[in-house]
This record gives sequence, structure tokens and C-alpha cells, in this order.
Amino acid sequence: MCLAIPGKVIEIEKNVAKVDVGGLSRDISLDLCPDVSVGEYVLIHTGFAIQKVDEKEAEETLELLRQMAEAI
Amino acid sequence: MKFIDEFRDKEIAEGLIQKIQRASTRPIQLMEVCGTHTVSIFRYGIRGILPEQIRLISGPGCPVCVTPNQDIDLAIALSRQNDVIIVTFGDMMRVPGSTSSLQKEKAEGRDIRIIYSSLEALNIAKEHPERRVVFLAIGFETTSPTIAVAILRAKEERLHNLFFLNSQKRVPPALVALLQSQRVRIDGFILPGHVSTIIGTNPYQFIARQFGRPAVVTGFEPLDILQGIWMLVKQIEENRAVIEIQYRRIVREEGNPIALKKIDEVFDRDESRWRGLGLISDTGYRFKESYREMDVRKFDVEVEAPKEHPDCLCGEVLQGIRSPSECRLFKKVCHPENPVGPCMVSIEGTCHTYYKFYQP
Repeated sequence: MCLAIPGKVIEIEKNVAKVDVGGLSRDISLDLCPDVSVGEYVLIHTGFAIQKVDEKEAEETLELLRQMAEAI
Repeated sequence: MKFIDEFRDKEIAEGLIQKIQRASTRPIQLMEVCGTHTVSIFRYGIRGILPEQIRLISGPGCPVCVTPNQDIDLAIALSRQNDVIIVTFGDMMRVPGSTSSLQKEKAEGRDIRIIYSSLEALNIAKEHPERRVVFLAIGFETTSPTIAVAILRAKEERLHNLFFLNSQKRVPPALVALLQSQRVRIDGFILPGHVSTIIGTNPYQFIARQFGRPAVVTGFEPLDILQGIWMLVKQIEENRAVIEIQYRRIVREEGNPIALKKIDEVFDRDESRWRGLGLISDTGYRFKESYREMDVRKFDVEVEAPKEHPDCLCGEVLQGIRSPSECRLFKKVCHPENPVGPCMVSIEGTCHTYYKFYQP
């Protein structure tokens, strides 16, 4: 039930965003995560954006993991 | 998909597995609290690739599974009232109550509708002003703010026919109950990434401070889970116990303050009944005074006395005390087409996950 997936914001009107999730577009509420812009990724749960995806953190985590794997 | 595929990289996973193998020197038991983690762990075969001395046990993190029979029976009793429309997340439909389920009631002609988002309940209430619409508000902190938004909007829009059967749960105090009960040894927690998206890390500090156990807020892709396990093993081997975040691309220490504020606007904390764990203080919510008119529990409705199948081990499975394969009903009487307990119904239920993936 706590399933949530990332989607890319493609359009915003008032507090509703159109997001692209793996090629499908759907409308979600921005009530819980109002501070987003077109082009950013948000985490979606039951029709609501619940957090912005931090792209920089994602890259840093992957880079750290790559370095760890290479160091073996 | 971006932010998913990169976290399934095989070579990096192999490197992480080796790191874990090298770092791990003693037998440990880690609990994955969240049912979504249990599904990922089985789907990617993570149990099988870990060193033998690292044992993963599944916890109570499936909202459908921990909803007590009393609440399911109340929903069923309400569905039998002619002017009531029940709206629910799909997972609840097949959960057996004491003698029936919402699915059976729907087949009998009751008006029970599945919704994807809490906001759909508002539309159904607007379309049927002559009827009482009851939303089964279940879920952990991930879902609670979305329910709070629906309640706030219903108030704003003066919807007088939308009600909520509130059976929401808070995760951190349930972990206190698990640690205090000492019925299962837990050396560290893989904490739920999406609950933590909302609540942040502060509510978990007691795990390290009071109980001296490490815990890592972890994402749901294979690399996330392996990194989370590696961070836990490292802490345990270094005799450290702190709350760390592996799922940094999503989870902030402070959580989502806007979402937390929505919950606080509508609810106060209260005790709540969990299947298997019983009544636990502080693990639920009750409506604040100004929203109490939406509380379905004020309805006068006769509900049958709760009863459960005497052999169902769901309650112990939820606490990590027993494994589904120890249950005499598992795979014989109880399977996804004929679930005896809720742990076999929900796709995140431990029994369902074992049924689907477990090879002894």
C-alpha cells in the first residue's frame, strides 16, 4: 500500500500536475508537494506527489555505489 | 524508467554483495518493516544471495494485514445499510472479516466501489448527495496526508455526506512495541522508505538511543536494499547504532513538513488496534473536534463479535515471530484464491509474498 513511483512533471495547472510515468500520462495532486516545476521528477502515491526526487542525490548515491563496486 | 532502472544494475549489485560478505562476521537478524520491501527482497532473490549469517525477517508493514477484524466487520455492517456507499482502496476488497468480506458483500449487491485516490471519494459524495459515502481510511503515514487532504477539502466544500472509517496506523510506536515484546531478536531495522518520506528520521531516534539498534531508511530497488543492508552490517560490525538514510534521493531528515501539517490539522494521536499486536498506544489517529462529524464511528450500527480462524498465524507472522511456512494452513487451505488471513490477501502480505516467491 505504500507503493510510490517516480514521474516527470510535464504540465502544471493550479495544484494539479500532469506527469509522465513510464510513457503514460496522468494527473496528480500537488497539495502535498506544491514547490515543483515542469521537468522535475516527483514521487507519486495514490494520486498525490509526496516528494520531489533529488536528482543530485540520486547521482551521488549511484556514483558512490559504482566506486564501491570498482574498489573490490 | 529513470530513477528505477539505474538502481537495478547487476555489476554494482555484485560489488555490493561482496562488500556485505566481507564485512559480515557474525549472525544477525534484520527486520524489513515494510511489505513493499518484502516483495522486492523476494522478487530480486536477495535472501538467497546474502551470507547465511544474515537473516532477514518480515515485519508488520502491510496496512491491509494489520487492519483488525473489528474494522473490516464494521465496514461490512455499514455496507449493508441501504443508503451507504463504501469506497475503498482495492486491497481491502478480499480481506476476510469475521464471516464475510467486502467482495462477498459486493456480490450480494451492496454498493462498494474501488478508488485509487482519496480525492475520488469527494466526487462520489458530490454525485450522490442523497446517500452516505464512507471511505475506508486505512494506511500508514505515506497515505495519511492524502486522507487528511480529502477531509480538509470535504470540510471546505461543506460536503455533509462523506464519512471516514479511520483505521490508519503510525509505524514508529509499533516498532517500540516489537522491541519491547522481545519475542523476536532484531539487530537492526530496514526502515520503510515511503513512510519516512513523510515523517523523516526524527521519529525513529528511539531505536538507536533507547534500544541501541541501528536502522537505515531504505529505498525499494535492489541496489537500495543491498546498500541499506550493507550500511546496517557496517554499523553492527563497528558497534554503532544510529539512524541513517540510504534513500537520499527521496527522503529528507525532516520528512515532508507540508504533509505532516495536513495530518496535524485533522488528527490527534490515539491508540489503535493492530491485528496480531493488539491495542498499541499512540499508533493511530482520532479526528480533531472540528472534523469529528465525519467520523463514521459515531453511527449507530450493529457489528458482529469479531472472530478469527484459530489456526491462522497472521498475527505472529506480522511480528516476525513465525514464518508463513510454519502455518499449517499455508498453501493447503490458505492461498491467494482462498485467503484465510489478510497476510495472504494483500500483494504486500508476507504470506502472499512467500506463496508467490518462496522455494524452500
